[in-house]
Amino acid sequence: MIVSMSLELKDIPGQLVLALTPISELHGNIMSVLHHRDERTPTGTIPVQITFGIEQEVLDELIDRLEKSGVRVARVGEERLRAAVSVILIGHIVHSDIRDTIDMIDSTGFAEVVDLSLSMPGIEKASSAYLVINATGEKELKRSLDILRKVAKKKDLLMIEPLRLNSEVT
Amino acid sequence: MKTVKLSIIGFGAVGQGVARSIVLKKEALKKQGIDLRVVGIADSKGCEVNANGIDLKSALLRKKENGCVAKGAESAIDIIREIEQDIIVEVTPTNIENGEPGLSNMTAAFESGRHVVTSNKGPLALCFSDLKECAEDNGLIFRYEATVGGAIPIFNLVHEALAGNTIIGIEGILNGTTNYILTRMAEERLPYEHVLREAQELGIAETDPTYDVEGIDSACKLVILANSIFGQSATYRDVDVTGITKITPEALELAGRNNYVVKLICEAGNGVLTVAPHLVPRRHPLAVGGTLNVASILTDLAGRITISGKGAGSIETASSILSDILYIARNS
Repeated sequence: MIVSMSLELKDIPGQLVLALTPISELHGNIMSVLHHRDERTPTGTIPVQITFGIEQEVLDELIDRLEKSGVRVARVGEERLRAAVSVILIGHIVHSDIRDTIDMIDSTGFAEVVDLSLSMPGIEKASSAYLVINATGEKELKRSLDILRKVAKKKDLLMIEPLRLNSEVT
Repeated sequence: MKTVKLSIIGFGAVGQGVARSIVLKKEALKKQGIDLRVVGIADSKGCEVNANGIDLKSALLRKKENGCVAKGAESAIDIIREIEQDIIVEVTPTNIENGEPGLSNMTAAFESGRHVVTSNKGPLALCFSDLKECAEDNGLIFRYEATVGGAIPIFNLVHEALAGNTIIGIEGILNGTTNYILTRMAEERLPYEHVLREAQELGIAETDPTYDVEGIDSACKLVILANSIFGQSATYRDVDVTGITKITPEALELAGRNNYVVKLICEAGNGVLTVAPHLVPRRHPLAVGGTLNVASILTDLAGRITISGKGAGSIETASSILSDILYIARNS
């Protein structure tokens, strides 16, 4: 899961390392650190915003370790829907119940259709739709594409997907 | 001076391109110590044989004037088996039903101790591993650069230049006809049928466009790539294929509005073999237009390497064939 954490650090040297060490010890993958050095909380501490990926099971352990080392954890939030993908569908999209198609993604709990553009040139002609799907992570994004692929096949829609190897390039 | 004797089996656009490129490069190659001599040419109507080397200019002229090269009655198989020579250039038309006559020609060549250079996809899309084994068993070289991507040196790049890398996957556009159709549809907002007719009038699409637009030609090339690079023994029937016939101009417009283009992408890697239209970011190296082909190779050491160029054409395809002939001339 992707976690966004607001921490409050004492204004003495070495505090940031103190906050980051337990995250890497618990195999977290730090994505961003915002160190608001010019800001102060009413209690005189410095706010830091850290976003990282970590296994859900060790999150409580992490908070525990942070608190023990004197870092105050002010807020913990799950960053939802970080990964996005664009897809095109072609066929009788409306007649094959577009609401049901979207529901199949939205009902997963880990992915949502966040954008939809539809072009319908004529009643008898095939429609085209551009969809953007957001998901909690890359793995979930792949799963939602698997679901959409099955729905498209069942409803005889052509699904145009993004490049697969593209995301595997570092 | 090393004299290399070869026969050209099949004297259509590609075969004539090979003859023209040999005429064009004869002197330059002699300076490099290689004397290429074409000792046999066969087309569907007959053949010409000359153990000392055929006058290629007059053979090309005769083909142009009479529609055939025939001077003698020997068959292609006779030429392959009977004439003393080093290389058979097999450039008969592709047949994906049973690979013939290319398959028999290539087998006969290996059995007679000749190296083979080919642009013919059929036999390789059906029996790649058998042919490779047959060449190896006889201690011969089998080169097929021209089968995939026309002038683009894909196999050379992967097997020679990227030696040592592990290939993770390959993506590419390996069919110029469909790329032309998709590019024109997107640029002019025209329906598929309209652009297909235009492509047929320009000679870019065949009268029967099925092989191209249904993705079969792309699938054949993908299988040859996968077999050669990943050591698979797949046939084109193992490829999951979706063509471009259902794509609407509206879909291309929606893609364009969001900075994407739609391309018929061949994909191999992780055991996956697919040909299907994909969304490609407009600035992505695979987003080449017109009739261009492109291949993007993902490797562990070198990262992504992408090459693009002309995927068809008589002299362009001959470029790949000539390169294979010279590889054999230098390495045998």
